[in-house]
Amino acid sequence: MMLHSVLFYMFALFMLGAAVGVVFSRNPVHSVMFLVLTFFQSALLWLLAEAEFLAIVLVLVYVGAVMVLFLFVVMMLDVNIEAAKRGIARYAWVSISIALLMAIELIQLIWLRNQGVASTGGFASTPEGYSNTKALGAVLYTEHVYAFEIAAVILLLAIIAAITLTMRKRPGLKVQDIAAQVAVRAKDRVRVVKMAAEKKQ
Amino acid sequence: MIGLEHYLTLAAMLFVLSIAGIIVNRRNLILILMCIELMLLAVNFNFIAFSRYLGDETGQIFVFFILTVAAAEAAIGLAILVVLFRNKRSIAVQELNALKG
Repeated sequence: MMLHSVLFYMFALFMLGAAVGVVFSRNPVHSVMFLVLTFFQSALLWLLAEAEFLAIVLVLVYVGAVMVLFLFVVMMLDVNIEAAKRGIARYAWVSISIALLMAIELIQLIWLRNQGVASTGGFASTPEGYSNTKALGAVLYTEHVYAFEIAAVILLLAIIAAITLTMRKRPGLKVQDIAAQVAVRAKDRVRVVKMAAEKKQ
Repeated sequence: MIGLEHYLTLAAMLFVLSIAGIIVNRRNLILILMCIELMLLAVNFNFIAFSRYLGDETGQIFVFFILTVAAAEAAIGLAILVVLFRNKRSIAVQELNALKG
């Protein structure tokens, strides 16, 4: 259990440090990289909390797909970093004071609310042979099957929306019309003209 | 012993950090989107912690759906960003005044 605590604090420290890096780094590409680190550390924390399936999904879906998408967009767009970073210091103290205020309130709420009541202690250990993935699947495909299908439709919607938003038709593009090429017949191509021979002048 | 309170505290710190990030980076649309992703991550932490605390898998199912919707949101948001950049050659938030809102 000592090792568990040490690992928790280590991963938590790395995660918060990476989150600070996301917020305050100068270069958007570095921000994305720090965000990848944040997601990875939180996946490790979820593994510690024995939510194994979601930890793997977080790495596969977020680190593997969404963050790559972010990286593509950040590198593709020519963002003016200097202009975006101007005036950061002016609002830094506002943001830090708001964040500190909210953090103090939330932590007070979490830790002081049940004063006198014994701490909840660790999470209950799972029984022998328990599989997180199997347990999630058993609930997901029975109780929550409609929500699951709606999630699939939302993903389809996202595909269609993203493609229709970013696809553009440029005028004057020289592309082949495949249908017209296939439909062509030999007798349409050659026109035999009969005419009388002309005399040379 | 690491328990519910530790995870909730960590999620709270991550959440306020991302709020600070939105205020600091309010000029840069990409950074704002990334901070929103961080916020969703903090919320997911709460769901997982309570799911483990109560011994109920429904919280983890909810995280699954949040991940799905967040992925869709990121895809559409980035697509809008690309279209915006194509039209205005800039993604500075203070120049997004076409709707006169």
